[in-house]
Amino acid sequence: MIDNIPLNSFLVISTLMFFIGIYGFLTRRNLITMLMSIELILNSVNINFVVFNKFLYPNLLHGHFFSLIVIAVAASEAAVAIAIIINIYRNFKSIDVENLDQMKL
Amino acid sequence: MTLNDIMFYLFAGSILTFSVLTVTSRRILRSAVYLLFVLVSTAGIYFMLNYNFLAAVQLTVYAGGIIVLIIFSILLTSHVSEKAVVAPVRQQIFSALATAAGAALTILTFLQYAFTPSASPAVEANVHNVGLALVSYGRDGFALPFEVISILLLAAMVGAIVLAKKEKHLATAGNQPKINPDNSSKS
Repeated sequence: MIDNIPLNSFLVISTLMFFIGIYGFLTRRNLITMLMSIELILNSVNINFVVFNKFLYPNLLHGHFFSLIVIAVAASEAAVAIAIIINIYRNFKSIDVENLDQMKL
Repeated sequence: MTLNDIMFYLFAGSILTFSVLTVTSRRILRSAVYLLFVLVSTAGIYFMLNYNFLAAVQLTVYAGGIIVLIIFSILLTSHVSEKAVVAPVRQQIFSALATAAGAALTILTFLQYAFTPSASPAVEANVHNVGLALVSYGRDGFALPFEVISILLLAAMVGAIVLAKKEKHLATAGNQPKINPDNSSKS
């Protein structure tokens, strides 16, 4: 299915996605949107693993399983991060990083 | 230009467009929905690469689980019509310059490297092969990462519940009148 699409075009997409995620992480001020930027970064890394697996080592499945495990880590990370964010919102009534300048009340 | 090429450029274009919209949209709920589109397009690319199981996992875990979790937490912590606070313009410009320089450097670096696609016969990533590899422990087995990730998921689940739970002693402490015990036990 991918005979005539070169490897580099996949890499260009994942690189651009990675740096868009970094841009979002640098400019956003809301904890949830920063979390979404992290999801973008993890997703671009997944594309890289899968594409290298498919093009360079098609007889193995290592990249496939690596991205499977990255998806599981991303899911648990999102769950814990959202629990922390809800806890912060309950204590400070705000989830903007500008307002969070102390570790406890 | 075959149908495959058209599909690939469609997915690529939607990934890039919606990624940019995710990080620039002022409304938080909208940027969560744009992130959903990015993840679904990524699943489409996995389908094009013939990794059907991975694409299904991407759709269920990312698009079905994480996005729903994010939307729930957005609705719990902010109003729908609320607009996100943005960084100062100067910081936005410098961030854009830095990330554009980084992206250009990375792309120029790997475009100079000639990757040679392997011609060895491809192993099909169907559910049979994936399941067999997940529970075998030989050279191509992934039993240890599978067990470790299951323990990590359990720990994350317990940790998330403990963190997000309302603390009871905070509600009854202090000099405020004591809450009716029937209500406090329910909450």
